Amino acid sequence: MDILNALVLFANFVIIPGITYGSQLALGALGVTLIFGILRFANFAHGDLMAFGTMFVILATWLLQDLGVSIFPFPTALIALPLGIISAILVSLLLDRSVYRFYRKKKSAPVVFLIASIGIMFLLNGIVRFVIGPDDRRFIDGAKFLVKVTEFKNATGLKEGLAIKLSQGITFFVALAVVISLFIFLQKTRTGKSMRAYSDNSELALLSGIDPEKVVFYAWLIAGTLAAVAGTLYGLDKSFKPFTYFQLLLPIFAAAILGGIGNPLGAIVGAYTVAFSEVTITYAYKKFLRYLVPESWEPNNLVQLLSTDYKFAVSFIILVVVLLVRPTGIFKGRVI
Amino acid sequence: MSFLSAQNMTGGYDSVDILRDCSISVERGQIAVIVGPNGAGKSTAMKAIFGLIMIKEGSIFLEGEDISMLSPQQRVKKGMAFVPQTENVFTTLTVEENLEMGAYLRKDNIKPTKDQVFELFPILHEKRNQIAGELSGGQRQQVAVGRALMTNPSVLMLDEPTAGVSPLVTVELFERILAIKKAGVAVLMVEQNARQALEIADMGYVLVTGENKFQGTGKSLLENAEVRRSFLGG
Repeated sequence: MDILNALVLFANFVIIPGITYGSQLALGALGVTLIFGILRFANFAHGDLMAFGTMFVILATWLLQDLGVSIFPFPTALIALPLGIISAILVSLLLDRSVYRFYRKKKSAPVVFLIASIGIMFLLNGIVRFVIGPDDRRFIDGAKFLVKVTEFKNATGLKEGLAIKLSQGITFFVALAVVISLFIFLQKTRTGKSMRAYSDNSELALLSGIDPEKVVFYAWLIAGTLAAVAGTLYGLDKSFKPFTYFQLLLPIFAAAILGGIGNPLGAIVGAYTVAFSEVTITYAYKKFLRYLVPESWEPNNLVQLLSTDYKFAVSFIILVVVLLVRPTGIFKGRVI
Repeated sequence: MSFLSAQNMTGGYDSVDILRDCSISVERGQIAVIVGPNGAGKSTAMKAIFGLIMIKEGSIFLEGEDISMLSPQQRVKKGMAFVPQTENVFTTLTVEENLEMGAYLRKDNIKPTKDQVFELFPILHEKRNQIAGELSGGQRQQVAVGRALMTNPSVLMLDEPTAGVSPLVTVELFERILAIKKAGVAVLMVEQNARQALEIADMGYVLVTGENKFQGTGKSLLENAEVRRSFLGG
């Protein structure tokens, strides 16, 4: 029995990666849920919008690296982030003007918007692959670790080490700052309240003189920002590959729907739930159990419920179960 | 011409004319009530006056100005306020936020108006930080009326404000509406409690199949034998 070592091992391979991945999903799910709340459609292009914003961050990072600009120990990508945010916002607004507004004027059914968003998904996807290519791109520089395994072992004298990558620390704190500012904006400012009012009851919002085009403008502004930040954090932590960003749609939607689509708080709770489900189900518990059970009970296989190759199955099962059992999600969002 | 005057309105949804040559008007400091059987076009008339549906023929004048072509939002700017029959509050917003949203178009200090609304509906002050969706039916109606009053409107339009509330609350709401009228607002409302509504009305309109069947002061309609027999249950 060695509870302490077991806990450190668990923190290192489940809790810290879970929090990091959950924070990245939360930012993505917030964008999806916000667009759903205001424009009333499931935006399938959100994953590729993340890739689009991140692409600009990577290009600017490379340029800055060539110019010798650095903010060591922080990754250069952080100074390039504003450019990614601006480009994601601009492309969102441009696509809204040229595509979604047309269907808004026609008062098209939500499914028409959804199909249009799939078209936009392919468009953005094509642009990203054309510009930066379909391969893996790494753009992280600066210090690698916040806490190193050897340092941790030396400091605590434990057999197991704990490592926290700088990218994980940055992900958590940037996500925290973004989420807090978003909630202050939605709860305290006049524009934020008008967005909540419009999402709650668009007819009554019109009767109160709230301009729907202005609300839609702010919704894209926020969604673009969230997408670029989420994409960059994910890319820094793992790596950037256009196809991976497209695949992120599944856990992001699972998170938004589990929390109750249209509900920002729900998106965050849903994101961490999905992230921890994925990580806990695909983690191999053999070593962890070895610390906790007597030697004779020691498992002789990996004790892994599901291979990591199947991690998307977890989101998919969550999605299907939620839609069957409680389609409004935990926090009573809308039914898609 | 009256302060708000809808003249010879014809129209409805798509190709079906629900309103046929219907005219309704109201003065400042007066209450006009539209009564009539189900499907008479009472709510449609309200929506047409507010611009939520476009009429084919006829015109709507506010202070002598033709507002027939204005959008609902533009009519809000002109000083009109509308309380729909259902879904008339933001259920996920607090009571106070509901009032703030009512005043969305105003750039000046809304505190005095908010205080007036709280004075008119003291319960709203008590529950100002509560989510509107958690309130009782009667309290919700007060939030709905309060929200509409936040623009300082000159015309307040209420579509069945007492639908689904208890008789006691109905009496209370009518008292508040009288107070609003005394402040110089033109109140136009559709009511199912026809008798009670006509008692506080300065003008009454009985609508049948989209047409003006009877009209006159509230008192004269209450005394009219045919109106009593057909619409007020004797």
